[in-house]
Amino acid sequence: MQKIIVCIKRVVDYNVRVRVKPDGSGVMLDGVKMSVNPFDEIALEEALRIKERGTNIEVVAVSIGVADTQQQLRTALAMGADRAILVQTDAAVEPLTAAQTFLAVAKKENPDLIFLGKQAIDDDANQTGQMLAAIWERPQATYASKVEISGGKASVTREVDAGLETIEVDLPAVVTVDLRLNEPRYVKLPDIMKAKKKPLEVTSLDALGVSAGVLLKTVKTEPPAQRQKGVMVKDVAELVEVLKKKGLI
Amino acid sequence: MHKVLIVGEHDGKTLNAATAKCVTCASGIPDRDITIVLLGADTAAVAAQAAAVAGVNTVLRVDRPENEHPLAAIFAPQLAALAAGYSHVFGPSTSFGKDLMPRLAALLGVPQVSDLMAVEGPYRFKRPTYAGNAIVTVEADPARTLIATVRVASFEAAKAGGNAAVESKALNLTLPSHTRYVGAKTGATDRPDLQTAKRVVSGGRALGSAENFKLLFSFADKIGAAVGASRAAVDAGYAANEMQVGQTGKIISPEIYIAIGISGAIQHLTGIKDARTIVAINKDGEAPIFEVADVGLVGDLFQIVPEFERLLGG
Repeated sequence: MQKIIVCIKRVVDYNVRVRVKPDGSGVMLDGVKMSVNPFDEIALEEALRIKERGTNIEVVAVSIGVADTQQQLRTALAMGADRAILVQTDAAVEPLTAAQTFLAVAKKENPDLIFLGKQAIDDDANQTGQMLAAIWERPQATYASKVEISGGKASVTREVDAGLETIEVDLPAVVTVDLRLNEPRYVKLPDIMKAKKKPLEVTSLDALGVSAGVLLKTVKTEPPAQRQKGVMVKDVAELVEVLKKKGLI
Repeated sequence: MHKVLIVGEHDGKTLNAATAKCVTCASGIPDRDITIVLLGADTAAVAAQAAAVAGVNTVLRVDRPENEHPLAAIFAPQLAALAAGYSHVFGPSTSFGKDLMPRLAALLGVPQVSDLMAVEGPYRFKRPTYAGNAIVTVEADPARTLIATVRVASFEAAKAGGNAAVESKALNLTLPSHTRYVGAKTGATDRPDLQTAKRVVSGGRALGSAENFKLLFSFADKIGAAVGASRAAVDAGYAANEMQVGQTGKIISPEIYIAIGISGAIQHLTGIKDARTIVAINKDGEAPIFEVADVGLVGDLFQIVPEFERLLGG
């Protein structure tokens, strides 16, 4: 194990209540706090723990996005990544384009492992890791809640609908992480200072030979349907009565 | 004519109810022909069930020993070989489909619509983003095969009564050996399955302990309900993760959802929005769960739940 890539996405902070623009053209993003996608933080934390257990393992944080995405990569560097790469673009990047971009980076960097969050909390697509593994022609272990590395293999416990499933994959491989894998560390002020000196390379889709296609066109954005206001009951007897009237119990 | 291929989910014995929901979704596409494909070691029993789903034209069986466990790296190349000639390939938005379908899409070099919740036209769909706070309408290029995962909570299961033709398909493909199934640990239970149950009783952090969750199990058994939990209750160790309901857990659409001691964080509400009736029991009358509840009761759950159970017994 020599190198781990962690893919990071800049997203609207999870505490922000996202609102749809009145004209239906998208969601309001002006002045909204942006953060590292929470699942990607867990991915980075796992890579850092593997690095700390081993020797001479390099952790590289990679992101695709606008120039300000450097902020999120600096956060990744402050957490402990050794260096960062920003593929800078103002274009909307679909999951397949993101996968192609990370593949181009992987071909240059030759990592043993690529970690990603299982999904980004903005588009909730849950695709990029699986797509990257497909076109890299390598194994995928999605929704990881436990990762054990030994002898060129990873044993990964996955969160599936029925409970937990364990698979074994040969490295290099793509692992996407679920919530319970770990709890990411807090960044301390001295680490933020140190992170400013760590290398952050800026490249472009062009330089990597990737073109950002629009395969799915978003034609409208609207708020979800609201549920109708319900009734409050005063005690259990009334509750049972209401439910019986509705034929539910 | 739109040819829709649905990737059936099963455990070797039973067809998962999510598959019949995908059929309902696909039936929303005008002028279509629906095929269910089943990959497994022996899919004879499951194929018979799939053939009986109304609206299905054909069931394809792809049996080989490597298909015993649903590994995306093994299934995706086989599906990519089968996908030629189909305009749409759908899978359920379960952990099985979410793992598999993007790998298939990338092998074909086509996009995926995740969590498809409404069909507006053969290439126009609605899906949720931002944890369900923004619903987007997307349009895909008819010249490409369209891959989608179907948000199962948005569709009723197609009824029985079909009589589809069952065919076996042999694929001459060498499959990768870099991914191997080791084992599974499932929370085996006699209770209804959380994702398909008509009744669900769910507990939150206010339960206070794993021991106190027994109160819910007892109540749930009385009314034949599945038991769920909020993320807070799972994080606190009161309930198993596979019981988690919400954006990061299961998205469900039961006829009745009874939320007990759950405050109603946005991420939890995302998972229950499609429930027909939501009942909330919470000691805090200001809890956000009451904003979405159809019936609300403010009070101490430790008094209310046993009384609820007693009144139903009488």
